[in-house]
Amino acid sequence: MGGSLNANHLMFLGYGALWTIGLSLIGLLGGGIAGFIIALCRISPNRIVRLLSAGYVQLIQGTPLLVIMFLTYFGLPTLGVTVSPLTAAGASLTIYVGAYLGEIWRGSIESVPKPQWEAAEGLGLSRAQRMMKVILPQAMRIATPPTVGFMVQIIKNTSLASVVGFVELARSGQIINNSLFEPFLIYTIIAVIYFALCYPISRISRRLEMRSGPARLSLGTA
Amino acid sequence: MHKISNVASQSPVVSLRNVHKSFGPLKVLDGVSFEVDRGEVLVLIGRSGSGKSTALRCIDRFETIDSGEIVVGSHRVSDPKLDLRALRQDVGIVFQSYNLFPHLTIEENITLAPCSVKGISKSQAKEQARQVLAQVGLEDKLHQYPEQLSGGQQQRAAIARSLAMQPKVMLFDEVTSALDPELTGEVLKVIEALAADGMTMVMVTHEMGFARGIANRVVFMHRGKVHETGPAAILTSPATPELAQFVGTGL
Repeated sequence: MGGSLNANHLMFLGYGALWTIGLSLIGLLGGGIAGFIIALCRISPNRIVRLLSAGYVQLIQGTPLLVIMFLTYFGLPTLGVTVSPLTAAGASLTIYVGAYLGEIWRGSIESVPKPQWEAAEGLGLSRAQRMMKVILPQAMRIATPPTVGFMVQIIKNTSLASVVGFVELARSGQIINNSLFEPFLIYTIIAVIYFALCYPISRISRRLEMRSGPARLSLGTA
Repeated sequence: MHKISNVASQSPVVSLRNVHKSFGPLKVLDGVSFEVDRGEVLVLIGRSGSGKSTALRCIDRFETIDSGEIVVGSHRVSDPKLDLRALRQDVGIVFQSYNLFPHLTIEENITLAPCSVKGISKSQAKEQARQVLAQVGLEDKLHQYPEQLSGGQQQRAAIARSLAMQPKVMLFDEVTSALDPELTGEVLKVIEALAADGMTMVMVTHEMGFARGIANRVVFMHRGKVHETGPAAILTSPATPELAQFVGTGL
């Protein structure tokens, strides 16, 4: 059965790789929006908002993404909500990525030196103005390297979407292997493609980190 | 020991009455009272930990007080319902560590608050930025970033940023403590010019020579209390042994 690896198989893998990229972008975008809101909630002056957002982060960081995927895809239908594999995978990634990016960004906002807040306060800027015009622009510079680095984690974590039947790169490899039964060859190809997607991003992250070193120093003394 | 103000004269711009403040078990301000009249320069001196910086920060409500009363112009600072942003439009504060915004040019640093708080136009704010920078001798630094300036220049730019809000009172919190003597001189010259223009000022400083030259009133704080107060002359002929010891070591 099966025959040998041919162009059609490779096309199929390429198609899977595109969905991996697509799912990563959904995770980054959805998780980015969720993370931004969570970061702001974590430093809210309102204690209840702070506690709720901290609870959310603790809960999600203490739960495997795989289980979140199971819950959304298999759990929700029992409550009467049926979701497609794409929706389940996208929603799960958004929930998961939001918790992590929220923490990364909270840390970045809090590492802007306290006197910057005071200087902005002393000039009569409102809390929203202090945030938008003074703190966030500086926090973004601090947050960029770890955020880009986390994108690598997102790409690799999309492989878990295969368990809900979503055909991304890992799942498309499984499907081909089921017919060819050449696991070593096929999973090597899959690994190489993941690496090719992740490596450039790791490099960019490394370079950003080196560039922001002195910049961060000057933030501290200014 | 503090002077009782004349009822007939105009009301003071800043007044502290019997202000108490503790950080946990530590009593930082223990019944502090003083007043600053319009156009007056009040200098707060004292050892580290004597409460002088805390007293200054209370005026701009960076610290809340436990009891007593603080009034700045028409703002009752000690009132919990105080309009904080209105207070801060009338009070300019300059810090020891400059605290310019590193991601903005000097011009943007200066125009930010007038544009977003007072709502004046960009072009008007830029014109004003040129004026206040000229006032501190930095008109050529408009488009530079803070990190491209020396410490003294950064501090002068920070003063210009406060001036752009046209405050009624300026607070200076040890603004030369991070600078070497040469850079200290250029910052003090700017403050002297402000005093000559009639700006009402409260400053915490360790520069005794400067304090003697500029102060209309000196408040010597010791263990959270106003220990001795009077004209600049008290620095040369102190009445209390504590102040005598302080200026003896301070000079």
